[in-house]
Amino acid sequence: MKTPDYDLVIIGAGPAGLTASIYAARARLNTLVLEKAAPGGQILVTDWIENYPGFPEGLSGADLIMKMMEQARRFGVEIETSQVLSMDISDTIKELVLDNRTVTCKAVIVATGASPMKLGVPGEEEFYGKGISTCATCDAPFFRNSVVAAVGGGDTAVQESIFLTRFVEKVYLIHRRDQLRAARILQERALENPKIEIVWDSVVTSVNGSDAGVESVSIKNVKTGETRELVVEGCFMWVGTVPNTSFLQGAVEVNRGGFVVVNARMETSVPGVFAAGDVRDTPLRQVATAVGDSAIAAAEAANYIETLESL
Amino acid sequence: MAENIAEVSDSSFDGDVLQSELPVLVDFWAPWCGPCKAIGPVIEEISKTYEGKVKFFKCNVDDNPVTPGNYGIRAIPTLLLFKGGEKKEQIVGMVDKAKIEDALNKSL
Repeated sequence: MKTPDYDLVIIGAGPAGLTASIYAARARLNTLVLEKAAPGGQILVTDWIENYPGFPEGLSGADLIMKMMEQARRFGVEIETSQVLSMDISDTIKELVLDNRTVTCKAVIVATGASPMKLGVPGEEEFYGKGISTCATCDAPFFRNSVVAAVGGGDTAVQESIFLTRFVEKVYLIHRRDQLRAARILQERALENPKIEIVWDSVVTSVNGSDAGVESVSIKNVKTGETRELVVEGCFMWVGTVPNTSFLQGAVEVNRGGFVVVNARMETSVPGVFAAGDVRDTPLRQVATAVGDSAIAAAEAANYIETLESL
Repeated sequence: MAENIAEVSDSSFDGDVLQSELPVLVDFWAPWCGPCKAIGPVIEEISKTYEGKVKFFKCNVDDNPVTPGNYGIRAIPTLLLFKGGEKKEQIVGMVDKAKIEDALNKSL
């Protein structure tokens, strides 16, 4: 067969992609790592990671990524800032159209992660960056001594709301159910925090404001139907994630939420294409799970490439 | 500090940015912002591509609260693109390199 440009292309350089790159480099695969923005992905916005083993004091997402990149570089990994626009993965040799060229390879690991989900309410687009945020570590200092809303009930929403209280006067944590989904330790901290008021059984119906930015959010109690307006200067949205898969264009099987379906070997429905981390259909999206997925994906990609070569 | 990207302050903003003959991209950032640190190298790459066509500045919002306030910035990283002293584009958050380049190409 014609020799492709690379053995393996890893798409995405968050914890999943970087882990895969370390395993691939150590397997001596000729690997290209692509990142469309900056290495790190969603973890960059995480103020404090205290459930990733090996760092007993905890550390920031940005610091953890720095360490992962340092480790990857030690094995000669290079990351290219480039975006995959489309790909043809039906043949043994896969072809990826990037924004600056077309590359060919034997195997692909999709590690493109996920992005914060939008609520889809009026005002959301208009006030993004003008009071609406998905990154507490970035934007909390703009809301010193203010009252803000936070939307969600999972780990991210609860952890980041607690972080917000270091800066703001008060956080309304708006959650559509009557109990939080976050880890118990985070729930306990939130419930004990005098600056957090949890608004149960409620959804945001609009974000309101003026040229100056956000001024209030309208909320509705889903049980009683009661509506009211909370006067806030900011609104932080942590209502889940959507997978970054637009470039796949239906080439691999995905679940109802659009997350890539894989088996225990991280194989997608297309031979030679693997998926790892937040982008895949998985019950838990954490650094620890992304790292585990990617070690498997890279090892399986190496096996797959070896099998191809022996044909 | 990358050679193509200078610091701009509240006091130098008018002269450096608003009075500039060339279009200017200003990267509002802070040391405590992880995505800002991450997007830095991307802006550096872009600054090399557009050398001589666009001027690039970084504005530390911790040290310079007035300018971000004037433009209603409540999220970082925020990139503002100025042409002829007027704000033409506002890009919020960690975005693709392509999105930034598209905005620059529109203004050239």
